[in-house]
Amino acid sequence: MSGRGANSSSALLQPSMQQRTGRIVLIVAALLFLAVFLVLPVVAVFTQAFSQGWKMYADSIHQEDVLSALRLTGLVACISVPLNMLFGIAASWAITRFEFHGKSLLITLIDIPLAVSPVVAGLMYVEVFGLHGWFGPWLSEHNLHVIFAVPGIVLATVFVTFPFVARELIPFMQAQGSDEEVAAVVLGANGWSVLWRITLPNIKWALLYGTILAASRSIGEFGAVSVVSGHIRGQTTTLPLEVEMLYNEYNFTAAFAAASLLTLAAIVTLVLKKTIEVTSGVHRHTEEKEAQS
Amino acid sequence: MVMMPETKARKTWSLVTRNSPLPGFRLSMGFTLTYLTVIVLIPLTAILLHGARLGFNAFLHTVTAPRVMASYRVTLGSAATAALLSALFGMLLAWVLARYRFPGKRIVDALVDLPFALPTAVAGISLTALYAENGWIGRYLEPHGIHVAFTPLGIVMAMSFVGFPFVVRSVQPVLEDLDPAMEEAAASLGASVWQRFTRVIAPVAFPALLTGTALAFARAAGEYGSVIFIAGNMPMKTEITALLIVTKLEEFDYTGAAAIAGAMLALSFTIMLAVNLIQWWVQRREGKRV
Repeated sequence: MSGRGANSSSALLQPSMQQRTGRIVLIVAALLFLAVFLVLPVVAVFTQAFSQGWKMYADSIHQEDVLSALRLTGLVACISVPLNMLFGIAASWAITRFEFHGKSLLITLIDIPLAVSPVVAGLMYVEVFGLHGWFGPWLSEHNLHVIFAVPGIVLATVFVTFPFVARELIPFMQAQGSDEEVAAVVLGANGWSVLWRITLPNIKWALLYGTILAASRSIGEFGAVSVVSGHIRGQTTTLPLEVEMLYNEYNFTAAFAAASLLTLAAIVTLVLKKTIEVTSGVHRHTEEKEAQS
Repeated sequence: MVMMPETKARKTWSLVTRNSPLPGFRLSMGFTLTYLTVIVLIPLTAILLHGARLGFNAFLHTVTAPRVMASYRVTLGSAATAALLSALFGMLLAWVLARYRFPGKRIVDALVDLPFALPTAVAGISLTALYAENGWIGRYLEPHGIHVAFTPLGIVMAMSFVGFPFVVRSVQPVLEDLDPAMEEAAASLGASVWQRFTRVIAPVAFPALLTGTALAFARAAGEYGSVIFIAGNMPMKTEITALLIVTKLEEFDYTGAAAIAGAMLALSFTIMLAVNLIQWWVQRREGKRV
């Protein structure tokens, strides 16, 4: 290998026969790993779901319990995702447009939900709103239900998806800088029109990207929701919890049929994510960089 | 020092360290802090205070009970094994994605995030179906005496599934940003492939690999949904700590649950601190190089 010193610089990195074999071996190993480890579980979900035929599949999904679980999952996502979008925009505006004491502490605090086990997250809300918790006695006096009810499920979902939008926006807005916004303010624009006309159009792809991540997680969250839900069929059962209940009743076909809906949502998430990466500048990888230059 | 206002010293302390012409600091900061306090800080305080109310001895007694200790061994042992496997396969995938062109690369790149997008309960029942005695993979392993479902090996499988994308997503950007000129220089000086890897690439990629592995470990140690279906959940043998918290709750032992949760939070914060230290170390190193 040292005998190739006379070649030009780019030829040095030209693969030899041996290196080309190594390259093929590595690519094949990576693809095999993905096929067995990632693709096979997805295929298994659909195979199990359709194992009793189309009609059984359709019947399983049209069960009233599954449909109400689907509605609840949609409702929870529709409340928790906009809340976290609002938080993401506010937090990234404060963090990237101003200098203040304790900024890095604030950024670290925003990351806490990523480090906490979902079960512990659910338990935290039981400690605050449960019957033995801080506000539990007051809530039950006023006949308000948070734990084992929909508000608890929403809170737990908000917690686990808390950092997703903010974490996309903060580095993106930091990189973009505030020149355009400062110019607009100097020319007399007020804060809201700066937000609507400059900031939001500039960050729309990163915002959408973070929103998709948050929505995907809020649809699929299991551990945190499981602790606060109480598993009341038709009332506090989200789709992932319904999957668990059907599975534990040995109703495997129905469990996998419900799981297939969640798997479809996951596949849609991956397609949307990749589409945004390719069409906009968000999370651009080398191949797109190369294609541009 | 740099953060101090350069103009004359102010009489009153101010949160803002440099004036900005932009509006909305009070509103955005106020909303951010309120939301953070309500959603994260108050609930976190509630659980820590509940655990602390036990008193030191009772707390220690609860979190070191034999069944709890056994759950730590299962959880941490499986999470460490899963983190190592994640590091290995995550590094392979990051390398292949960053360095090679091949058909379908975009699909492979998108697919790496599947464990982030797939609900954990779905991953759990699907992995169990695959590795059970009569499953597509299990039926080939069982005759050789390899039992995956309902054993610690199954826990490792589920934890690796949710953990390895963290390694890929930490290492891949670093490998992509590595200037090929450095490798060319090393090659022109006669470095072999192995030397280029260990002397040029590894030092740059190592902190990212460490960060990714730590994140994978943290996720694996706290994982619940994908593990409980495949674990078998036998106390003392295949019961993870997160499940033990749920069991305590179902027995209405709220204090016990809070105490164990406190122990898990201590682990979470230690890992968070470690990751922040790694990043601080990298920034300092890069600062020196420039």
